[in-house]
Amino acid sequence: MSATLLQGLVLVMAIQLFAAPLLAARAPRLGFMASFLCCATGAIIQLIYLFSGAPTAELVVPFGLAGQGTVLSIDGLSGLFLLLVMLAGSAASLALLDDHGHPIPTAPAVPVFIGSMMLCLLAADAFALVVGFEAMSVASFILVITQHRDVQVQAAGRLYIGMAVWSGLCLIAAVALLAPHGASFAAMRASPPSAVVGWVVLGLALLGPGSKAGLVPLHIWLPPAHAAAPAPVSALMSGAMTKVALYVLIRLVFDLAGPAQALWWGLPLIALGIASALLGALRANMEGDIKTVLACSTIENVGLVAIGLGIALAARGADLAALSSLAAGAALLHTMAHGGFKTLLFLASGAIQYGAGSRSFNALGGLIKRMPITAGVMLLAGASLAGLPPTPGFASEWMLFQSVLGAVRLGGLALQVISVVLAATLALATALAAAAAVRLIGVALLGRPRSQGAAEAHEAGPPLRWAMLLSALGVVLVGLFPGVMLWFAGPAMAVIVHGNMQDRIGYLGFATAADGPGYAPIFVLVLMALAVVAIWMVLQARAVPGHRAGPLWDCGFGAPPSWQPYGDPLAQYSATSFAQPLRRVLGTTLLGAREVVDMPRPGEIRPASISVRMADPADSWLLAPLARTREFFSRLTDRLHFITVRQALTLMVLVLVGLLLFIAAVEQL
Amino acid sequence: MSTLAGFFALLLHMALMLTTAPLLIGLARKAKARMVGREGPPIVQPWRDIARLLRKQPVVAESTSWLFRAAPLVSLAATMSAAALVPSFALGMLSGDASDLLVLAGLLGLGRATLALAGMDTGTSFGGIGASREMTFAVVAEPALLLVVYTLALLAGTTNLDAISSLIASGVLGLRISMAMALVAACLVAIAECGRVPVDNPATHLELTMVHEAMVLEYSGRHLALIELTAALRLLVWTSLILVIFAPFGIAPHPAEGGAWIVLLWVGGVLAWGVKVAILGLVLAAFETTRAKLRVFRVPELLGAALLLGFLAAILLFVSQGFAAELPRIGGLG
Repeated sequence: MSATLLQGLVLVMAIQLFAAPLLAARAPRLGFMASFLCCATGAIIQLIYLFSGAPTAELVVPFGLAGQGTVLSIDGLSGLFLLLVMLAGSAASLALLDDHGHPIPTAPAVPVFIGSMMLCLLAADAFALVVGFEAMSVASFILVITQHRDVQVQAAGRLYIGMAVWSGLCLIAAVALLAPHGASFAAMRASPPSAVVGWVVLGLALLGPGSKAGLVPLHIWLPPAHAAAPAPVSALMSGAMTKVALYVLIRLVFDLAGPAQALWWGLPLIALGIASALLGALRANMEGDIKTVLACSTIENVGLVAIGLGIALAARGADLAALSSLAAGAALLHTMAHGGFKTLLFLASGAIQYGAGSRSFNALGGLIKRMPITAGVMLLAGASLAGLPPTPGFASEWMLFQSVLGAVRLGGLALQVISVVLAATLALATALAAAAAVRLIGVALLGRPRSQGAAEAHEAGPPLRWAMLLSALGVVLVGLFPGVMLWFAGPAMAVIVHGNMQDRIGYLGFATAADGPGYAPIFVLVLMALAVVAIWMVLQARAVPGHRAGPLWDCGFGAPPSWQPYGDPLAQYSATSFAQPLRRVLGTTLLGAREVVDMPRPGEIRPASISVRMADPADSWLLAPLARTREFFSRLTDRLHFITVRQALTLMVLVLVGLLLFIAAVEQL
Repeated sequence: MSTLAGFFALLLHMALMLTTAPLLIGLARKAKARMVGREGPPIVQPWRDIARLLRKQPVVAESTSWLFRAAPLVSLAATMSAAALVPSFALGMLSGDASDLLVLAGLLGLGRATLALAGMDTGTSFGGIGASREMTFAVVAEPALLLVVYTLALLAGTTNLDAISSLIASGVLGLRISMAMALVAACLVAIAECGRVPVDNPATHLELTMVHEAMVLEYSGRHLALIELTAALRLLVWTSLILVIFAPFGIAPHPAEGGAWIVLLWVGGVLAWGVKVAILGLVLAAFETTRAKLRVFRVPELLGAALLLGFLAAILLFVSQGFAAELPRIGGLG
């Protein structure tokens, strides 16, 4: 049966890659509709596939390299990620139908984007994998520069395509190293690389697919690109594309680089994971644009997944089967949870951008009254972002913390100290994410409006509303039944760590071991519901019902000025003021935040001002030196333009002699 | 039989927690007043305040949304759920299997985030500043808290509070320096989480403090009653948590172990718990009278000390226990 399902998926992918774009070029709405139907069909196929136990199936299609064809296959790991891509794809396609009469001009790239992600996941040879990965990059680049007249979008697009080319090159190099005896995954598995080649592949996988996933230090493309793209596309990029990149990373490191690695292979993943989680969560507290905040939080969550994967890899190397499957389960559950709630948050950001006319915190506020559905789903997704029970974000972070605790058994004192540091960092990142979620919701949705647009905001149209509600349903289901999700992830864990958690999961929850501590979200929910009912009954019996409306107290609060009937925004706490304590406590060291105070001398009449400067460490330590190096070389080559003919001839002769000497030397070796 | 006993224990526990919480606040206030030479209000005054507030209709600011009105209910429900997970007088309550320390931290976090959102919903600078500082303190307190959990899990092999407590009560762990360090760290975190001196001053909402009380400044009537009860309950949850981990003397064992004498053991447990809570309340009052409130930006340093103690506690355990093989199995892993 799985062969039939695979054929169905390949058909869905072909429609996404070839038919839907043609349709979208003629009539964008029809194209999105087709894309939605394809994704929904794909999601149903995936559910059937995972229910049937995810048996591996393979299909050779007669396209691709001459005489070889392309091998496509599906197994537990790709099946789980395909389910996520299909669900995020349906939500995004549905949301794109809510276009207010102005469909995006880059519409054909949307189905190609989804189709290329499917190709990436279905690929079972190097060629298809690279083609899928590159097509995914190109399609998403086209979507990122949809508003290409905007200077910021142009800058974001340039950075994005640069990083995409870089990650593509790293991927090509990695698969080339893995495929000396044939390009199919089966041939790669048959001849695992030697130790040194394996290390190079690990490094390339972290730099290539790792940068696409948003791992530090190559995460810099993510915030501007997510902010530049249309909201449903950002949802796809954050909810699905970073996960596809993680899939490629897992496939390369856990599967194709050999069935067993040394324990230390997990350490680079853990280190990059910690750095990403901290930096992403802190930046999410500092940014002033809701989509940039969400993108930074994506970096944080990818970091959490990487920590889980790193522990799984190290535990696999140390032959700790129970720990490795727990950590892999944490990573996969967090992947699914984040895919769900981040898709939801990005869709909601689109609703806010259109409904209130801005994405900037300084122009939002009080939207909960005018956009009740958007606000409701954002509260749900925000709670998940903050890792609060009983949402899915809490379930996966609970598992992650338990695997960090289990990591003390990995080895000697050094590893144990790492595990302590990991526990503290994980707590810090989670608490920072909670602060970021409170700031996001508190400033954008609550309080009083900060602009006319926010005061007159309107709710999203029906397609976007349905897309958000369906995503919210997915988040609720994963949150309440994480055990079922882990059951779905069982075959994927079998691919990653050769084990699963089947003996430790139930319908209602899961445990770290048969006799270990467990977590059941339903229990938390029941407890809270009972408490609410009890309080309600007491209030009914004892308290005076109803309430009176009155003006704000705040130790004295004036009426709003006549030109700002919604109230003076300066009298309200802003996003920048909310972030100030954290900026002073953590931002000065991690982000180099400095406050520049310009205080006029007594008697001067210019206004005083305070401004804040901060920069991502990757910007100042990586991007800026890179730009300087480019500048240096371009000046050097510029000098060549103005040399005389004699100098040019001399240079050519010298280069020729040098090359001949080089060849001679190589021949001698 | 054991389930039924666990159910009754849980019911009794919740009733005890809810009734005692305002009394603990009253005791601390009375003791503080006496220590500075004042008479002070009677110990039951917080209860009287709550009853009085319940009879008053709340005045809700026009600019607020439904979230502002729902927040006191949600945050009290979350804190009550957290209270249900922390054993007070007896082990083996019905909620014992689910009394996970991480879930407990999550539920307290839910209560905090809800009130922070309510503070933001007022749209005043007071609500905003309170919410912002509350979340910042949580950011610096959470790592220290999780390191305490980490140390306990290393010692007991699980994050389940019921199991940790019964292991410590059985005395097999003995006295450990790590436990002492974890105790100090836990107390510092508790002070921050409950908004007590020197982190916050629960008696005022003047500019000098402006954390928890600033956040809930706009509340009145029955909403305020729920919030006062939440704050009191949170203090008692932390008190009980510290007691059940670091001083589980006199706590009644699991109903299955207690056998026919379980009711008597419960009575003993209730008495022991009451005495311990009262002692901690007096210690808190003495501590608060002798300390001045810290500047807001000095609080992270205080909690940084807690973090450091947590680190030391865990690392000392590693060093003293030598090799990984001798550590207990965490949650049966490995």
